[in-house]
Amino acid sequence: MTITPELIREHGLSDEEYARIKALLGRDANLVELGVFSVMWSEHCSYKSTRTHLKTLPTKGPHVIQGPGENAGVIDIGDGDACIFKMESHNHPSFIEPYQGAATGVGGIMRDVFTMGARPIAMMNALRFGEPDHPKTRHLVSGVISGIGGYGNCMGVPTVGGEVNFHRSYNGNILVNAMCVGLAKKDRIFLSAAKGAGNPVVYVGSKTGRDGIHGATMASAEFNEDSEEKRPTVQVGDPFTEKLLLEACLELMATDAIIAIQDMGAAGLTSSSAEMADKGGSGIELDLDKVPQREENMTAYEMLLSESQERMLAVLKPGREAEAEKIFRKWELDFAVIGKTTDTHRFIARHKGQVVADIPVTALSNEAPVYERPFVRRAPAQGEPAYDKKRPVTQSLVQLLATPDMASRRWVWEQYDHSVMNDTVEPPGSDAAVVRVHGTKKALAMTTDVTPRYCRADPFEGGKQAVAEAWRNLTASGATPLAVTDNLNYGNPQKPEIMWQIVAGIEGIGEACRALDFPVIGGNCSLYNETNGEGILPTPAIGGVGLIKDVSRRATMGFKREGDVIILIGETKGHLGQSIYLREIEGKEDGAAPPVDLAAERRHGDFVRGLIEKGRVDTAHDLSDGGLLVAIAEMAMKDGIGASIGQASLADAIAFFFGEDQARYLIAAPFAEAEKIVAEARAATIPVAELGKTGGDVLVIDDKERVSLKQLRDGYEGWFPRFMAQEEIPLSN
Amino acid sequence: MKSAVIVFPASNCDRDAATALKDITGKTPAMVWHQDSELPEVDLVVLPGGFAYGDYLRCGAMAAQSQVMKAIKAHAEKGGAVLGICNGFQVLTEAGLLPGALMRNAGLKFVCKPVTLSVEETQSAFTRKYEKGQSVSFPVAHGEGNYYADGDTLDRLEGEGRVMFRYQDNPNGSARDIAGILNPKRNVLGLMPHPERVVDPTTGGTDGRALFQSLIEALS
Repeated sequence: MTITPELIREHGLSDEEYARIKALLGRDANLVELGVFSVMWSEHCSYKSTRTHLKTLPTKGPHVIQGPGENAGVIDIGDGDACIFKMESHNHPSFIEPYQGAATGVGGIMRDVFTMGARPIAMMNALRFGEPDHPKTRHLVSGVISGIGGYGNCMGVPTVGGEVNFHRSYNGNILVNAMCVGLAKKDRIFLSAAKGAGNPVVYVGSKTGRDGIHGATMASAEFNEDSEEKRPTVQVGDPFTEKLLLEACLELMATDAIIAIQDMGAAGLTSSSAEMADKGGSGIELDLDKVPQREENMTAYEMLLSESQERMLAVLKPGREAEAEKIFRKWELDFAVIGKTTDTHRFIARHKGQVVADIPVTALSNEAPVYERPFVRRAPAQGEPAYDKKRPVTQSLVQLLATPDMASRRWVWEQYDHSVMNDTVEPPGSDAAVVRVHGTKKALAMTTDVTPRYCRADPFEGGKQAVAEAWRNLTASGATPLAVTDNLNYGNPQKPEIMWQIVAGIEGIGEACRALDFPVIGGNCSLYNETNGEGILPTPAIGGVGLIKDVSRRATMGFKREGDVIILIGETKGHLGQSIYLREIEGKEDGAAPPVDLAAERRHGDFVRGLIEKGRVDTAHDLSDGGLLVAIAEMAMKDGIGASIGQASLADAIAFFFGEDQARYLIAAPFAEAEKIVAEARAATIPVAELGKTGGDVLVIDDKERVSLKQLRDGYEGWFPRFMAQEEIPLSN
Repeated sequence: MKSAVIVFPASNCDRDAATALKDITGKTPAMVWHQDSELPEVDLVVLPGGFAYGDYLRCGAMAAQSQVMKAIKAHAEKGGAVLGICNGFQVLTEAGLLPGALMRNAGLKFVCKPVTLSVEETQSAFTRKYEKGQSVSFPVAHGEGNYYADGDTLDRLEGEGRVMFRYQDNPNGSARDIAGILNPKRNVLGLMPHPERVVDPTTGGTDGRALFQSLIEALS
């Protein structure tokens, strides 16, 4: 078959890219090879627009065992234990088929983690949907949440937290980012480098079908009205098979038969085999006739590009095939030796006796194009919009708590099994979820964060803020933040203004991660999140993990006792630009994003964590969306203990109570302890203020305004169920 | 008390059950693979939560036909104790060891949350360490926990004191708020809530411990 310009474009490649392919091969490509190049050079697999910028991120630290470049990052959590985690997007498939798209997103990220030898112990996610009134939103929310639950619940891995937000910029392009956290022994970590020649390449898991062909290419293109037609490229998940695969892989990993192992994710057999050969500095030969096939008459092209789920590729030590096969047969999974490693540095596939692809391995990796996409530096949004200063504070609070972005997510997380494995110490609904390291007194805290409206106003400060908020959430739970995974969701990088969002976002993330000793150990980019030319809000989601050394010394947000003194740590300037208050009460999405002072973040956070670690404070909450009064309300509603507080500073009550200044925490402690804490903070020149006391079943503000916890809770807990109760089954999807 | 935990390929609360048993009884339970046709010498068999063989068919329908179920039936017939939790309860109804069926939750969604139960009966090996009418909090985590049986069967269950746990705030539409039932010989208990997830104050409470302590007292 001749390679025509149409064929090249259908494969998402440019004419220049094809010219480069010809040069690398020294001849024209055949159709199979064109398919292989198209997926390996797709944005999704090659990071061609972001690679040069991602290189600037800090990826090292004393506890980093494995940074970016493997299936997931690995950190040392002491006592010979390692924590392996990563976040990845499944945005495009989830918009087309929400249940299966989200489910296979969960399955994919779990495989990334257990392929490295870890047992997954917790799932997190970061979800963004269109505006609530959009006709598709309920259907998408319902499908995505069921899909995440359907897969995770069956796997028996608790889904312990995440984010759900709504904004019209996601109407045609939702975001589904799933994160998996796993545990392994430090000396039992498995990598993907297929070193050595003549070693058997084995295929395990499900059979290969025609599903998901060109998924990676789809994820690297914009959507338009015809996207519905792409439904056949969404894969179908089978969590039962994944559960078998997990147990079988962990059983095989307990032996020493494995040289390298990698899951078949995006671009399936092609990317797993090419990447393993590339990392091992070897070559690979595949005999496609040996691939377990679900359908008849599959072509080489289909087998190489299929994204059928629940499959793994491993390179074994020679002679260990029978031992491995026995394990996979016990778990009733397919097992086939489908090739071997070579020293030729070539990726070769044979089918029906013919060589159907013969490509230098480096052509698919190092030689893949890298673009310095042009960008235009934009001045960040400035100023602060005007607002009505007379509006009663409590009335606004009641209103805010019942808005789509602020209301309780209970409706969501009650559909996730968040307590299976019996180590969930802090379930969803807190600053950070906390999961104990099984059989120890250690625990991992985890969170996902980003504030896209800040990122739109100021991509750089927004990038910093996402990292700072993740760090704060972990700190408020008493954890020492250790590392992050990033999931960078942006629009089309070929538009200079979008490329600027990406470049500045990565710079901001890098700056914050350096200042907070919070290295990036892995991540994923999802670009081209646009529909009909409209980009999403820039959404660089940050997944952070921290360690609590003694789980009996941690903090949660709920007030614990009547009569505790409520203390505010950090400076309140009353920054209302880009605040939830302005957006929801005044209908304004303008102004400057709040600046992030990383030195202050560090000092204030270290102070609060120190109190928690010493067992002096058990009540702490990070201040974020909605500001101080929303945080107080959350602390009060949690365990049903109210508070009486005053306006400690500023002339303007609205700025004081709803400003979104960063680097702030609320803590509560009994009187004597509180007095000491305040004195210590002052001595350390940390801004501190006593706001009032806990007690009763109402919130009282400045002895004037009051609102019952019941009224707050009705709106806060009521919004989501009421919203979803109007879900209809659409006539056509 | 010696115990065994049955492991189907997609059981996922098997470790939780084993951890709770080890913690409370001081003895490591035997883990029994679904293809085994014999059980070790044990006093208690636990069918744990999870998805057995994926449960793409009716929950527990395939597990009820598994090799190991024959041995469990024989164990129950001899008077041995059997505890089915969540998926284990579904398997026990499908296998005919307990009456009724567990249908899709009335709300059509999976539900995971702590629920308050009342202990209806203390005349059993499973509940003797509780007080009659005591309120306890166990989590539920299921998509198909809506207990159904015909009116006569429900009347009989209630008349014979075989409704062991009732929901105080029914999360799934179960008939007469039933959360857990016994067989006529009172040696087989099935319940949807998870007692094995409330045995540790660090992870949600300790209300489930008395169930295992009851078994130790009754069976040792």
